Amino acid sequence: MAAHSLEDVERRKAWGFVAPALVWTIVFFVAPFLFMAAMSLWAQQGGSIVRVWNLGNYIAFFEKDALFRGLTNSLEITAIVTALSILLAYPLAWIIAERVPQRFQRTALILAVLPFWTSYVVRSYSWLLVLSRNGVINQTLMNIGVISEPLELASNRTATVIGFVHFFVMLLTLTIYANLVQLSPNYRRAAADLGANAFQTFWHVILPLTMPGIMTGAFLTFVLCIGDYVTPQILGGNNELVLPQIIMLQLGRRADFPMAAALSIILMLAVTAAYVACARWLKIERT
Amino acid sequence: MTAPVLIENATKTFGSSTALDDVSLDIAAGEFIVLLGPSGCGKTTLLSILGGFLSPSSGRIAIGGKEMTHVPPARRPTTTMFQDYALFPHMKLKDNVGFGLRMRGIGRAEREERAKSFLDLVGLKASADKKPHELSGGQRQRVALARALAVDPDVLLLDEPLGALDLKLRRQMQDELKAIQKRVGTTFVHVTHDQEEAMAIADRIVVMNQGKIEDFGPPSEIYMRPRSLFAAGFMGEVNFVRGKIRDIDGTGAVVETALGKVTLPKACFTAGPPSAGQGTMLCIRPEHFRRAGEGDGAVTALGQATVSNSAFFGTHYRCHLAPNGAPDISIVAHMPQSTVVAEGQVLTLAVNVGDIVALPLKQA
Amino acid sequence: MIRNRITSIACSAYAVLIFGFIFLPVIVLVLFSFQDGRLPVPPFNGFSLQWYEAVFADRKLMSALLHSFFVATISSFVACLLGFLAAYALARFKLPGSAWQRGLLIAPMTVSYLIIALGLLTVLNAFGIGLSLWTVGIGHVVINLPLCFAIIYSSMGDHHINIERAARDLGASDIKVMVLVTAPMLLPSLLASFFLSMTFSWDEFIIAFLLSRFDVTLPVEIWSLLRSGLNPKTNAIGSLVFLVSVTLLIMLELFLFKRTKKS
Repeated sequence: MAAHSLEDVERRKAWGFVAPALVWTIVFFVAPFLFMAAMSLWAQQGGSIVRVWNLGNYIAFFEKDALFRGLTNSLEITAIVTALSILLAYPLAWIIAERVPQRFQRTALILAVLPFWTSYVVRSYSWLLVLSRNGVINQTLMNIGVISEPLELASNRTATVIGFVHFFVMLLTLTIYANLVQLSPNYRRAAADLGANAFQTFWHVILPLTMPGIMTGAFLTFVLCIGDYVTPQILGGNNELVLPQIIMLQLGRRADFPMAAALSIILMLAVTAAYVACARWLKIERT
Repeated sequence: MTAPVLIENATKTFGSSTALDDVSLDIAAGEFIVLLGPSGCGKTTLLSILGGFLSPSSGRIAIGGKEMTHVPPARRPTTTMFQDYALFPHMKLKDNVGFGLRMRGIGRAEREERAKSFLDLVGLKASADKKPHELSGGQRQRVALARALAVDPDVLLLDEPLGALDLKLRRQMQDELKAIQKRVGTTFVHVTHDQEEAMAIADRIVVMNQGKIEDFGPPSEIYMRPRSLFAAGFMGEVNFVRGKIRDIDGTGAVVETALGKVTLPKACFTAGPPSAGQGTMLCIRPEHFRRAGEGDGAVTALGQATVSNSAFFGTHYRCHLAPNGAPDISIVAHMPQSTVVAEGQVLTLAVNVGDIVALPLKQA
Repeated sequence: MIRNRITSIACSAYAVLIFGFIFLPVIVLVLFSFQDGRLPVPPFNGFSLQWYEAVFADRKLMSALLHSFFVATISSFVACLLGFLAAYALARFKLPGSAWQRGLLIAPMTVSYLIIALGLLTVLNAFGIGLSLWTVGIGHVVINLPLCFAIIYSSMGDHHINIERAARDLGASDIKVMVLVTAPMLLPSLLASFFLSMTFSWDEFIIAFLLSRFDVTLPVEIWSLLRSGLNPKTNAIGSLVFLVSVTLLIMLELFLFKRTKKS
């Protein structure tokens, strides 16, 4: 029998404390996920689900161009968005950390990130206001006579990219800034002391030391972007659908849960691949 | 290489506060200089100005005879060893040490060889391929030293480098720093607040307080013959006894104090010749007290005193005494280990007058 | 020096351009919510509050707003509570496999919300459980629990242990220690995770969309509004949501700021 030592009593209490959270996660996250994985290996036939194990959905994914394109579109768009967002966010983070006086940095950062706090749906909608045929850009350009016919800025991949980049520039500014600001100023001084000019200091010392901030932001961007339904649906038009849109199509029109499940698993694998690639930089530690 | 350093009337103000007040210093090439003082005295500011990280508000700096006041760190013949070492965490040790060489355009093979030789100098050649986080604090400090020396500076600036080390390691590193400095011959300027450390390693010590230089000289000079009250108090325990100068003749002066009259030779007045009627502060170190009758040289009796407190410190007895002629003064004296000192005991204090230093009461 | 001046000008120019890019859609949104006219696009005809009136008159929109508030508050509270208990257990006691437990609790953060929603949807369908705001709440706890856990866990420093030991030494039971000592000490991070969860839940779309049926949350209702194309009413509700979110942000800022000041 277990000895009722102090440690045992403590341990039993601890299990009691952690159990609710664990149970919730297992019941409402792990189990559904496993169930969905199982579902992906079944098939939808004539309005009901046939529980016969088969890889039909996955095969269909590789065979049907429309389905496979969903993944490639997602990956391409996500790659472009991640790269652009990093390129645009880094200088901004740098300017706030280096050029803005200490006491205004917090304010500048909050301002740079404020539109983050509009509803995500509304934010994408606002880009429609800017980019559509009778939107702000077209009307302004036509009024000042630069163009005579409105440009097709909305309802295509470019609009989707713009909508995404707008969001993720703010996110990346936060992560890169957080990294920059906790670098000891002595690194810069040491590099200068040893003869490095501003560019060399940045290239050899600052940039490598901000990689964690960049990679964390890039990872978050990848995960959020590749799984997003809202922005492509509002801004992307109906042409180059991304994977989430295709998943939603399976659900909506055809109520094909097995196929939706299979496509979700594929999406999940893409995200896992990204996580493995960035795992080095992502660790949660206790202070 | 090595070079002399000249600081002329350097002043640094930050808004309304003055960090450095008209500081002038002449450092010979190859000297090991220690800037010593409490926090806020301006020693780190002076070091930053020497390194080129700050510009003086007025005054000039010359290194090796060349004007350096506004030259940026990259183009000065100085390197700095930072308090937190600032080793580049993402680079191996050999790349850290070779960084300055790389900035000078030296090729990879030669760079690595020189880096390894400097790592060898500090005893870390075997760890050349490791990264800073794999080392202990003491080892990281050695790498920082190697990195700073690898570019062959004329002047090495050290910003309280031994502060984070425990006592034993600190003593060891003090010896090593001294040995390395002798070997490479570079001028070292070292900042610390620990007077024992300063005395252990310095060729000359610069005692600083509130932006000014209080005293400047070899350790024994500053300890035995301080030129300011602050320096006297900072370098070690000291008894301050007020007195008034009565008569002056050729060899010395008669000073009247609460402990009695003493005749002090001229050499005791380190801050300038005495003048009659002037108030003065006598500085007597605890270890300079003798019992009447013993000791070598001209021992002057200072009257009787009662022991109010006594503690055994191994090498000596540390006693608090109240002079019978002035019971409200408390004197701290070190009595030899062989004596037996008891509370309430009455001793006759004596001192070799040559050991006393007399300084003006109010110093500008 | 000239190079410094050019850098300064370049930095200012870049900052202006980027801030312009970042604020452009928000400015357009808010500006045209006051449009005196039918379309939220140029020209700006005049200043009018009609669309805000329309928003407040829209029953479905207002009840969706209320639903959002309740779902956010309740799910955030549950997430905080579970996260706090779990963080307490894992930080203070040595449990076997604690690394795995931590990993499990954090895992949902790496999974797209769409997949979490889909998983729950398939299970609910399979078991014939109806969709409602409760199912949305469950989903929101799933996504917010990892966040609450991570924030609270990382703020439970070792220096707190002795304070809790002192309390126990003086006779306090476990519950008392947790409520009277630990929770107050961790108040900044508790509040930070609560408000952060509220912000995420308040704004969350895909889980709310897939897991609700008749009663919906605000983002879902706004989505239906979008069906009618560009409409200043959408601008109005969007601007209102922005205002509420910014208020939540300010409260978060106050508590996070105090927390960094303390430590």
